[in-house]
Amino acid sequence: MAEATLDQGDLMRTADGTPLKISIARAMRRNKLKALALIAPLFVFILFSFLIPIIDMSLRSVDNSVIPDVLPNTVAALADWDGEGLPPEEAFAALAADMKAGRESRDIGKVATRLNYELSGMRGTVMGTARRIASVDEGPYQEALIKANKDWSDPATWKLLKRLSSPYTMGYYLNAVDMRFDVDGNIEAQPDFRQIYVDLFLRTFWMSILITGLTILLGYPIAHLMATLPLRYSNLLMILVLLPFWTSLLVRTTAWIVMLQSEGVLNDLLVWVGVFSDDARPQLVYNKIGTIVAMTHILLPFMVLPLYSVMKTIPPSYMRAARSLGANQFTAFVRIYMPQTLSGIGAGSILVFILAIGYYITPALVGGTSGTLISNQIAYHMQQSLNWGLAAALGVILLATVIALYFLYNRIVGVDKMKLG
Amino acid sequence: MALPSYAGPGEIAWYYGYRFVCGLIFLFLIIPILVIIPLSFNSVPFFTFTPEMLSFDPAGYSLRWYKDFVNNPQWIHSLQNSFIIAIFSTILSTVLGTLAALGLSKPYTPYKAAIMGALISPMIVPLIISATGMFFFYTNVGLAQTHLGIILAHTALGTPFVVITVTATLVGFDQSLIRAAQNLGAAPPTVFFKVIMPLILPGVISGGLFAFITSFDEVVVVLFLADFDQRTIPLQMFSGLREQISPTILAVATILVTISILLLTSVELLRRRSERLRGMTPQ
Amino acid sequence: MKNTLRYTTVGLAGAVTMAFAFSAQAVELGVVSWGGAYTASQLKAYHQPYMKANSDVTLNSIDYSGGLAEVRAQSEAGNVTWDLVDVVVSDAIRGCDEGLFMEIDHDEMLAKAPDGTPPSKDFLEGTLSDCFIPQIIYSTAFAYRTDAFKGEQPKTMADVFNLEKFPGKRTLQRAPINNLEWALIADGVPAKDVYEVLDTPEGVDRAFAKLDTIKDEVIWWTEGAVPAQLLADGEVVFGTGYNGRLFSAIEEEKQPLAIIWDGQVLDIDGWAIPSGGKHKDEVLEFVKFATDTQRLADQAKYISYGPARNSSLPLVGKHAELGIDMAPHMPTKYADQGFLTDFQWWADNRDELNERFEAWLQQ
Repeated sequence: MAEATLDQGDLMRTADGTPLKISIARAMRRNKLKALALIAPLFVFILFSFLIPIIDMSLRSVDNSVIPDVLPNTVAALADWDGEGLPPEEAFAALAADMKAGRESRDIGKVATRLNYELSGMRGTVMGTARRIASVDEGPYQEALIKANKDWSDPATWKLLKRLSSPYTMGYYLNAVDMRFDVDGNIEAQPDFRQIYVDLFLRTFWMSILITGLTILLGYPIAHLMATLPLRYSNLLMILVLLPFWTSLLVRTTAWIVMLQSEGVLNDLLVWVGVFSDDARPQLVYNKIGTIVAMTHILLPFMVLPLYSVMKTIPPSYMRAARSLGANQFTAFVRIYMPQTLSGIGAGSILVFILAIGYYITPALVGGTSGTLISNQIAYHMQQSLNWGLAAALGVILLATVIALYFLYNRIVGVDKMKLG
Repeated sequence: MALPSYAGPGEIAWYYGYRFVCGLIFLFLIIPILVIIPLSFNSVPFFTFTPEMLSFDPAGYSLRWYKDFVNNPQWIHSLQNSFIIAIFSTILSTVLGTLAALGLSKPYTPYKAAIMGALISPMIVPLIISATGMFFFYTNVGLAQTHLGIILAHTALGTPFVVITVTATLVGFDQSLIRAAQNLGAAPPTVFFKVIMPLILPGVISGGLFAFITSFDEVVVVLFLADFDQRTIPLQMFSGLREQISPTILAVATILVTISILLLTSVELLRRRSERLRGMTPQ
Repeated sequence: MKNTLRYTTVGLAGAVTMAFAFSAQAVELGVVSWGGAYTASQLKAYHQPYMKANSDVTLNSIDYSGGLAEVRAQSEAGNVTWDLVDVVVSDAIRGCDEGLFMEIDHDEMLAKAPDGTPPSKDFLEGTLSDCFIPQIIYSTAFAYRTDAFKGEQPKTMADVFNLEKFPGKRTLQRAPINNLEWALIADGVPAKDVYEVLDTPEGVDRAFAKLDTIKDEVIWWTEGAVPAQLLADGEVVFGTGYNGRLFSAIEEEKQPLAIIWDGQVLDIDGWAIPSGGKHKDEVLEFVKFATDTQRLADQAKYISYGPARNSSLPLVGKHAELGIDMAPHMPTKYADQGFLTDFQWWADNRDELNERFEAWLQQ
């Protein structure tokens, strides 16, 4: 309304004589600030309680500060070394000094742990050397170090140290995709028997795709049925979808263990009916099957709900029109109805897929060895192996995938149109 | 989708076949949840229906796993923790989320998409990543292994649901109502409590219920942030399932199913009320 | 409607007050251990008598599932809330190297034996290390169902790997540690040479190749309570487990199981004190009490793990509830049939072998 008057020759003014344009701009700014002030508390809260922790965690995936921090002299001494043969005596002396200091401050073990990720056995080399060199007070240190551990006579050990001199590293990301640096700092594949993460990512992807596909397969018919039934029936059926949605994840996972285990309800039923004999009960849980069945069940409502809300908006008259124009039921369904539900399929699929690739609890409980996903490996490196850099690198790769999918979702559906229940 | 009178035999077969398949899918959705309820009354420590249960012999049923639950201080402690944490994080996330949704729904809010993305990120980021991030950060600031830390973490996880549901309620909200109230001389708090609040209340409450169930059901973050004192029901169930499955877990599961039925009913009633208030016809 | 706001404010204030109430109390020590029957035995043998004698100290028992994740994170953050942790020796060594645990002067800080022998001589040989206070010797061994095989019963590690003679499912821990050693022993390597062979790439290949022969029949466990349960349910015929858990399955629950002591892997478990804790003196006071000769012998009344002190061994009596003589159930009695795990070797090779083991599982 205001804009319409602005291009007239005479400036419109408010009661106190300010040009209307300025006054409106001022009011708009005030309104903007007011709106932002309402958002600010939550934004600040999310920033501190959530976003910063995640960024902080992500930085661990490139962090290599322990080497320059604990071995500062060695790093300095190796800066000018050309990588040919053994480094000069200063480097040996610097390492001996750093190791003594590191042993004193009890930080040397961190270096040992870090180097062991790159080369198995380095932990023992570093700890053993640090213990023995403590009693050596004068040079030549080259001799003393090599006497403490013969690994120091191998140029490869020194190249490793030089390569890790920088406070940042891409090593964890390489490990996360089954690669590593070789002695000379070139990127190479891990040996076969250590290749695990790429397969695990792929498995996570294809299982998520499979689960998404299954939810479409199961969700589409019932969403369609509910959208076309009279309200009093569809509301009743909706409860059957919403009850699992509101039921604890742990309860549903427990339910599937009870259903699927070898002495469980389903197997008992199959044996009773005579499909299997009592001693040939199939293994349905603690493997891929368990993960896929339980996750499909858990994620199905996330497919049904968006499908239903899209199908609800399709007027039934379209189908009737197609039929009366001579299309048979199948043609009418495929050519007229289905294309209109594509946005619902898209929304549901992305939602289910995003949730599936990050799943942890259900695979951990019913997945056994073959049905676990990348999240379980992240948890393993967080809690058991303590290789936090690798856990962070795997996490960042997973996170990047999810964020990309989120943008896709936002493009297709719009987050503000997300419906819950 | 009643069967038209001109349907041929093929269509009739298809019609009933389709409904039969749908029936099976609904069974798939609901059976696992219903199966645990009778099993939780099993009188023996098995996860299967005993012959006594199938013949409805009262001796096959008992309340022993419920007694076990009530008499086990660990479970009761976990139940208390679950409620304390869920209630406080629900209050916090409802207040913060409602305010933010009000701000986001104004037509002139800048950077809406970016802000929205940041605010609902806790819902999008895989829980294992949120949990690891929070584990490091909350340990740094001394909040790990405290109730407050877990309440704050769950508040962050719960707010996206409040933001989304309240924003959805505000979609049909007529902003001129606010201007009308202001023109009639109402002070901002009066406008909020007399005009805005009654209209968005259903959205706020259902968002709050979502936040509640998010916290009440959450286990990954608790797994990383809690020690024994902050154990919650889901964590207790998780470690129980990893170690030895006792039917007590089924009794707990049955109690949780009852709670979710109650929550589901409240949300449904609220949704219908909200649609009525906004003048939309209920679907 | 104003009430809503007031309740919210009150609620927030409540939340904050509550949080402080939970964290701020007098001399309370957070003692972290493994939970279950093991923590129960510690409570009876150490915690309860100590708290009875020292009413000003409260020992809070915290359960964890092992590993150094929390200790390391607390140390990095400079906010150490755990005062005492029950750890396996390999974690103690690793944590000690990384500076996570306080260094212990055993003779200075611990109680002498009743005859005056200093702790450094009284604790079993080879069990002491810089940050570690040994408590018990436990072992990981195979058990089998005594009703599973007619005729000849399995006796050796080779029998466990022999699917033809002893068919059926086995349950093993989902980790390379111990499994690689057992595979080599089953393949004919003498126990004393196991680590020498494992130290070569060919040795590791050989171990994995031997594991390959039973892989299809294995259910992998991750939680210590699982194998006894699987054995009891008859889901498996062989299972590896901690001898204490197996003991309670056999003697307390009367399950038809027997332990194969051949090839048992002995390991040590004990206390470590996180550096930077707020109650160093109080913790040391408690540890001194909890690791004296009598207390260590007392623990064996409740669980079948061997005390780590020589002077405690003769004091081991009968089980407090079952009344059976505990001495024959101590893994130390069969020490010659097994071997002590090589902590240093595993500390060096654990990262690589864990990855290799996981990759092998997925194949």
